[in-house]
Amino acid sequence: MKDKRPTNLDISTIALPVTAYTSIMHRISGVILFVGSFVLLFGLEQSLSSERQFLTLQECLHTWWGQISVWAGLSVLGYHMLAGCKHLLMDIGIGESLRGGITMAWTTIALAFLWSLAVAGWLLW
Amino acid sequence: MVKTVTNWGRNGVADWLTQRLSALILLSYAVVMIGWIAMNPNMDYHQWKNCFSSTPLKIYTLLALLSLTLHAWIGLWSVSTDYITVRLMGNKATLLRLLFQGVCATILVAYVIWGILILWA
Repeated sequence: MKDKRPTNLDISTIALPVTAYTSIMHRISGVILFVGSFVLLFGLEQSLSSERQFLTLQECLHTWWGQISVWAGLSVLGYHMLAGCKHLLMDIGIGESLRGGITMAWTTIALAFLWSLAVAGWLLW
Repeated sequence: MVKTVTNWGRNGVADWLTQRLSALILLSYAVVMIGWIAMNPNMDYHQWKNCFSSTPLKIYTLLALLSLTLHAWIGLWSVSTDYITVRLMGNKATLLRLLFQGVCATILVAYVIWGILILWA
């Protein structure tokens, strides 16, 4: 392999296609979920430890910051799962072309946006 | 080149398959749990506690937690071998990457142990 090939791997100087943005967001959302799992486990422990803790947790979740946390968490989870489904569809051969990839990327963004809106609506209602 | 001694299955296909299988378990768990909680907005402590003391839900939750550990490991491993590299960060990258992977692996195994303690407390 020639070592003197002209390469440009500085991502900040490259105009990225939409598929790259869905990919990087998939990674970022995954890292957030890894950290968020701590909060989920903590919540599960609290909710099961006693009735008083259960009610305290319920109260926390009903404050404005609790509601925003639930909305943010479910939005991130929704995006990650939708982008994951896109991968699974591509694994079985759906949307592997350039055009198909771009369509699937935009579909993922649109569905994740709708899911996020639906969660907000559900929490407010 | 990054030597693949830290990835899960020691080869890419095993990692690929593990990531997909664990994804399906996590997807089903998330859909079932979110659906269950959303459909029972007035659930009280005793209903909640009862469900989590049934064996099927304990197994399902532990299965999801084990899947989370494998799935997150493969994901975080990919992220660390892509960005914490000598090309991007210089010679300190190798040590930094191993440190990052060590911390992540420890936390992920701790999640499973914590989950077992919560479920079988």
